[in-house]
Amino acid sequence: MKKQLLSLAAAVSVGLAANLAGAAELTAVSFGGAYGEAQQKHMIDPYMEKTGNKILFENYSGGVAELKAQVESGNVLWDVIDMEVIDLERACSEGLLEVFPQDQLPPGDDGTPAADDFSKEALANECGVGNIVWTVLYAYNHDTIQGGEPKSMNDFFDTKTFPGKRALRKRPQVNMEWALLADGVSKDEVYDLLATEEGQARAFAKLDTIKDEIVWFDSWSQAPQLLNDGGAVMVQSANGRFFAAIQQENKPFEMVWDGHVFDLDVWAIVKGTKNKDLAIDFVNFATGSKPLSGMPEVAYGPTRQSSYAYIDESVIPKLPSAHLDEGLKASSLFWADYGESLGEKFNEWLLK
Amino acid sequence: MSNPELTPDEIRQANRNRRRAKLLAIFFVLPLLGFIFVTFVAPIGTMLYRSFYHPTVSELVPETLAQLDKWSESSGELPPPDALNTFAVELKTLAKDRLSGKLAEEINRALPGSSSLIKSTARRVSRTDTAELQSRGNEILFDAHKKWQQVEVWRAIKKSGSVVTADFYLTALDLEHSPSGEIVQRGTQIYIDLYWKSLKIAFYITVLTAIIGFPLAWYLANAPTRVANTLMIFVLLPFWTSLLVRTTSWIALLQTNGVVNSTLMSLHIIDEPLEMLYTQFATVIAMTHILLPFMVLPLYSVMKGIDPSYFRAALSLGAKPIPAFVRIYMPMTVPGLSAGALLVFIISIGYYITPALVGGTEGQMISNIIAFHMQSSNNWELAAALGSLLLLLITLLYWLYDRLVGISNLKLG
Repeated sequence: MKKQLLSLAAAVSVGLAANLAGAAELTAVSFGGAYGEAQQKHMIDPYMEKTGNKILFENYSGGVAELKAQVESGNVLWDVIDMEVIDLERACSEGLLEVFPQDQLPPGDDGTPAADDFSKEALANECGVGNIVWTVLYAYNHDTIQGGEPKSMNDFFDTKTFPGKRALRKRPQVNMEWALLADGVSKDEVYDLLATEEGQARAFAKLDTIKDEIVWFDSWSQAPQLLNDGGAVMVQSANGRFFAAIQQENKPFEMVWDGHVFDLDVWAIVKGTKNKDLAIDFVNFATGSKPLSGMPEVAYGPTRQSSYAYIDESVIPKLPSAHLDEGLKASSLFWADYGESLGEKFNEWLLK
Repeated sequence: MSNPELTPDEIRQANRNRRRAKLLAIFFVLPLLGFIFVTFVAPIGTMLYRSFYHPTVSELVPETLAQLDKWSESSGELPPPDALNTFAVELKTLAKDRLSGKLAEEINRALPGSSSLIKSTARRVSRTDTAELQSRGNEILFDAHKKWQQVEVWRAIKKSGSVVTADFYLTALDLEHSPSGEIVQRGTQIYIDLYWKSLKIAFYITVLTAIIGFPLAWYLANAPTRVANTLMIFVLLPFWTSLLVRTTSWIALLQTNGVVNSTLMSLHIIDEPLEMLYTQFATVIAMTHILLPFMVLPLYSVMKGIDPSYFRAALSLGAKPIPAFVRIYMPMTVPGLSAGALLVFIISIGYYITPALVGGTEGQMISNIIAFHMQSSNNWELAAALGSLLLLLITLLYWLYDRLVGISNLKLG
């Protein structure tokens, strides 16, 4: 209720501000942190400068719960939303997002039509336009690691050679995949196997072998901190978080690319927004060659080929797109099917 | 009531005055009642309602469900072709209205793996002619995916279709309906354990606050006013500090390289840092600290009102100090002690933020899993059922308390 009142107040004030300013106003939400700053710098600010429209740029922590609450209550406060593809699949088919007119996307700066310029996955879902390729991997700290340098997913699960705590995000996603990879399952078979009872049991059995050594966290932002203060010797996180810590704070972290699980983030438009045209205009701009080329600042790869013309050659090897062979594409289809039931089993396993 | 010496007119006048006073009283509490209704009764009511009233699926595929009504799900056979055709047509309509995902999510809850089945089939039938679906929709379904030939899928659809359902409560109690209709244990056992653990944690916290709070309250009540007032500030200080600040300061204290560990290590009491953060211990200790004032304040106010001459009388009549304290003084503090214990217990059993921040996995309580179902899994109905059971549990404990101690004995301040 308090939230509703607050959002009511927010809606009123937003409405007032829009009327007073006379300019169009849009609310965009994304994940904040270093990623949010990069988006602010390369997408939001240039767009406001170019068009004179105002964008309120807010943070959320992912998931579809807030989006669902807004759309179902008819009280839509967000216009444009940055989502993980894993959530996009579900949000789109549940009718929480507008269908995006992908055929209107402008061509790349080098003239390549959008349909050829974007990677196939970036336009795979009709509700969104791919924005970045990011990945979940683990990193270690040169100062705290003992027993050598971990190189593979096996090493993550090898507590004999590399003693110490491992930190993982508290959810089945990625962890289940890693367990099977470390157990010798090939990348193509991971999701097929995870759909079976035996595969799930096998993944939990593998996780059991390091259960006592796992520190669980809830948000990617906690991860670099854990690695830094010695809370864990190997830590899972989004590659951009480690990259920022290495690049800007000179932390002695090393990322291990073996078995990383990569995925896309997309811009999508909230169903029932009053500013649909403006929202489309913004997404068209934000997924242009130039704005996307700013994303490698936080080590996330752009989804369109023409952006690479603007990117410093030295950065390219540090992007997930240079390591796709070592990684596994997160299956949004699988997690739409099994996210909830595995979530329950995962919780049960945690409490055992 | 009626006084023979009053005239009928006077009686009328008196009644009118009384009515007016009543109306005025209602008028004064009206804002409060309205507030309570809007912020408390209505949300809790809708939550309770949501936990058993679930019309989503029946609104999405009403005609299929009407046809499935005649089908016996324990027969082991597929529903009649007509029902399948109807479903194919309805699925097409849903796909056009972009609602097939909603159906997929609902059915997936009853049978994991159905989400992609329904979504992919929806894409397929949306390209097929309606007339064709009406005549041979069943074959098109089988063709789209072989899973449609499994009885479980149709069982799941029929099961999700009931508008008034106890399924969420069964899940919340780790139970489920077996295919033959009996109630059996579910494969995953989570929630009963969690309720049990929440009760245990709440009990530990209550006992700890009582052990710490009782001597403190006694000292406060018997100290000179100036000393007592100064000490009272220390009791109240945590009350005035933000809950988040207090919880995060526990993180700073307890973490691997935190204050407690580095102190113990520099004193050579331990060689390796103890693991304290993200454990049940962390939840208990942080919540004990946070809830201590709720124990101390009622105890203090009750102890303040106890006449010291009773105790002195017991001593002068020959009782030894300890028996005199236990048999004379302690019973008089029961109203305060029970009020404090009830407050601490009920507040802690539904506590959310502190376990979420410092509890790790073993320090999680039932409220954390409710939040999980609200925010992550989007299963609001299950969250509502879990919440309702928690409410019921607390009401039950309150009733038990009333039977054992008596609610009239409660003294809050």
